[in-house]
Amino acid sequence: MTTPVSSMIYVLVASFVGSFGAVFLKFGSMNLHGGWKKFATNLWVWAGIIAYMLSSVFFVLGVRRGQLTILYPLVSLGYVWTLFWAKMFFNEPLTRAKFAGLALIFVGIFFLQLGNR
Amino acid sequence: MNSTSVATTETAAADRWKSISLVFVCTLLGAAAQMLIKTGANTISHKDWFASLLGMLTSMPLFFGYAMYGLSLILLTLAFRHGELSKLYPVIALTYVWVAGLSVLILHEPMNTFKGIGVALIVAGVGMMGIGGAK
Repeated sequence: MTTPVSSMIYVLVASFVGSFGAVFLKFGSMNLHGGWKKFATNLWVWAGIIAYMLSSVFFVLGVRRGQLTILYPLVSLGYVWTLFWAKMFFNEPLTRAKFAGLALIFVGIFFLQLGNR
Repeated sequence: MNSTSVATTETAAADRWKSISLVFVCTLLGAAAQMLIKTGANTISHKDWFASLLGMLTSMPLFFGYAMYGLSLILLTLAFRHGELSKLYPVIALTYVWVAGLSVLILHEPMNTFKGIGVALIVAGVGMMGIGGAK
């Protein structure tokens, strides 16, 4: 069984939408003093949950056809987006080690696609 | 270093471990959720968009998959209280290890050397991102 390109595109869109989910949850985590009530009414947390739900819909559309071993790692491209959002919104350092890590992820994805043939 | 700064350093270290542990639990929940979502997605009709939507809304494996996903989002928010997002978030890559193993064991997807190397590289890559290091 091979994995169609349309499935890969769905999963890539899922990774992009999901990366904003992480950013929203991080914003939400900065405002959690006050117990469960504060948590449940935290709009950033809800924005994060909605982003992940939307991401999951694209993910389900993607994984209807194709192999999970191939499609799931494609979601890891979300780390690329998240790295840039972390710099942009939270001023976290963009280090060489982080970019080297991303390079390893890309090579890893390439190997997974070789394994799919 | 005086006693106050020692205590602060210890608290920071404890918070960091708590955050990493929470993300680790999220990877276990995430792997279980993905297996359920994949199982559910395979049973959904391709006849037309309405049949697909109905299938998505009534599939029990999908429901429990999303419930686990929801729980892991709550834990993830708690984890993000301490530490860098760009270091904590890549810990989720451990999910690939569990999912790849489960896909071979339960879904009987073929395993080969390329896929094994790919998973190892991805895990090494996100581990390196997590360590961070100098600019």
